[in-house]
Amino acid sequence: MENLGLLADGLAAALTPMNLLYAAVGVLLGTFVGVLPGIGPAMAIALLLPVTFGLEPTQAFIMFAGLYYGGMYGGSTTSILLNTPGESASVMTALEGNLMARAGRGAQALATAAVGSFVAGTIGTLLVAMFAPALADVAVEIGAPSYFALMVLALVMTATVLGASPLRGLLSLFVGLTIGLVGLDLNTGQPRLTFGVTQLVDRLDIVVVAVGIFAVGEALWVAAHLRRKPARVVPVGQPWLGRNDLRRSWRPWLRGTAYGFPFGALPAGGAELPTFLSYVTERRLAKRATLKGRGTGAGPGGDEFGKGAIEGVAGPEAANNASAAGMLVPMLALGLPVTATASVMLSALQGYGIQPGPQLMTEHADMVWTLLASLLIGNVLLLVLNLPLAPLWARLLRIPRPQLYAGILFFACLGAYATNLDPFDIALLLVFGLLGMAMRRFGLPVLPLILGVILGPLMETKLREALTISGGDPAILWSEPLAIAIYVVLLLVLVTRPLLSRWRSRTESRIVAEAHEAEAVTEGAQR
Amino acid sequence: MTTDETSPADGWVVVAWTPDEFGDAALEHGIAWAREGGRGVAVVNGTRGDALVDERFAAPAGLADLAERLRGTGLPHVVRQEMGRDVAEQVLDVAAELDARLVVVGLRHRSPVGKLLMGSVAQRILLTATCPVLAVKPGGRTA
Repeated sequence: MENLGLLADGLAAALTPMNLLYAAVGVLLGTFVGVLPGIGPAMAIALLLPVTFGLEPTQAFIMFAGLYYGGMYGGSTTSILLNTPGESASVMTALEGNLMARAGRGAQALATAAVGSFVAGTIGTLLVAMFAPALADVAVEIGAPSYFALMVLALVMTATVLGASPLRGLLSLFVGLTIGLVGLDLNTGQPRLTFGVTQLVDRLDIVVVAVGIFAVGEALWVAAHLRRKPARVVPVGQPWLGRNDLRRSWRPWLRGTAYGFPFGALPAGGAELPTFLSYVTERRLAKRATLKGRGTGAGPGGDEFGKGAIEGVAGPEAANNASAAGMLVPMLALGLPVTATASVMLSALQGYGIQPGPQLMTEHADMVWTLLASLLIGNVLLLVLNLPLAPLWARLLRIPRPQLYAGILFFACLGAYATNLDPFDIALLLVFGLLGMAMRRFGLPVLPLILGVILGPLMETKLREALTISGGDPAILWSEPLAIAIYVVLLLVLVTRPLLSRWRSRTESRIVAEAHEAEAVTEGAQR
Repeated sequence: MTTDETSPADGWVVVAWTPDEFGDAALEHGIAWAREGGRGVAVVNGTRGDALVDERFAAPAGLADLAERLRGTGLPHVVRQEMGRDVAEQVLDVAAELDARLVVVGLRHRSPVGKLLMGSVAQRILLTATCPVLAVKPGGRTA
């Protein structure tokens, strides 16, 4: 309960007018970038990195926290109204949400997404406050070999388990690790991969890499596919929830949270799997309830799945936000980012000269608690701002892409130049932009690359540390019980992965096929 | 895309149409002019396709209503949906292709700043068309 006291102190520190303002700015910006497909919170934070160098770390993180939650919520709006999920985590929301919107229940879909995000985000943040310090206490004791094993686990899991193709994931990961090698070797002082360019000796600036891959890469990719047939947006009014909707939503919210948080907290997080599991669970439960309740008039949900069931929006949306909160546990307690957004936030932390890791909780305790408190505040702001503003957010979708991406490119160049005031960085930005575009072209996931760039150097430090202790004997890497346990887990995951992905893709394609069928039926009925 | 290209006796009237009151005003006048001269009505609905959502690009339901209305007139008619760099250009391309006698556009109010930012399709049609252009506003008298 001591943690709750600390959280209350954090709340008091976060509740200054200035901090509230930053939280509000973050939430609004986050929703803005979340609503627009292709632009996520990771890109927004990367673009904001240079701007925040003028801020206190606490304020910057309050803004980032708002941005992160806002982005998660904004994605659901696009999924529901447009059937264009902005990110992989919203795919499941789009399934039932868009069907609901077409059936004239868009307002309820938006409302259950917003309230579900709020519930899951709040519970998730409280769980972070409980678990992160405990984990950090344990983590301080972890030796270099185990730490190295943890990072290997995180990298391999994100590269192989999450994406569609392990080969592409690993390819992307190794490109990232290579980028992370550029610069002076901290142990021997030798320049690596610098090709005689003096600016490269200083290591690559993470801002330039992240902005190049996320922002410039995306802008070039969009420019190559500028004209697309406009999608149809479903008109929607003020979101609201009826008593019946609320009754059907609250259990999926809680179940979604229960799925999302642990998956987010695992060293290979991501919200795809929990949102998927939540969707499947809600579907199955609703079907069973209908079978049982037939004749008694109870449980209307089962028949509605595939036609726009509110449970299918409430569950995945809660899971999505809970995993967003869960990802803060490894980030704060271990210094291990598991999502693109987390890794960019971590690099912001490094920009302030704060070393991420277990000591963060003790050395910068006030900042961490203020951050957690501001997440709670950001969540409330999100609900207060977004319920009334939903029709306005839908209008954002009419922004022409040339204007939008011109703005993004401008801020990208400004940011890259501002890091060192050196035009060389703009050239680098362009190189990474081309790399980012090529990755999108060839279907390489971006996340393993960014994680490789950020975790690579940390991993190297731990590896060198371990090898120095052992005098160069690699056996030290599996000398600790924890390290061995992690490698065993990794092995198990790699073995079961093909089975898991086969089950998932089979279920997913069945669900999508059924949704299409239902769609054809409703459209036929409208004729 | 509806095609009913029984070639009219006296050429085509091209209507720059959007699914709103401006497009409807243009269509109304276009049909009236076509009736008088034994012409056909060619309806063009264009988009730049560079925004995620373009409300002026008709959905299938809107196109069905449009086709219904055109069939009701008994005139020869064509409906084209185009996507390209410039909506004015799309309208004028169709006009050139069909050797149109008249182009009808609906005028919408644009502030000077709005015109600077977004341009004006109607203005570009007026300035570059090689045939007569009829510019109409909603709520006005019919011809």
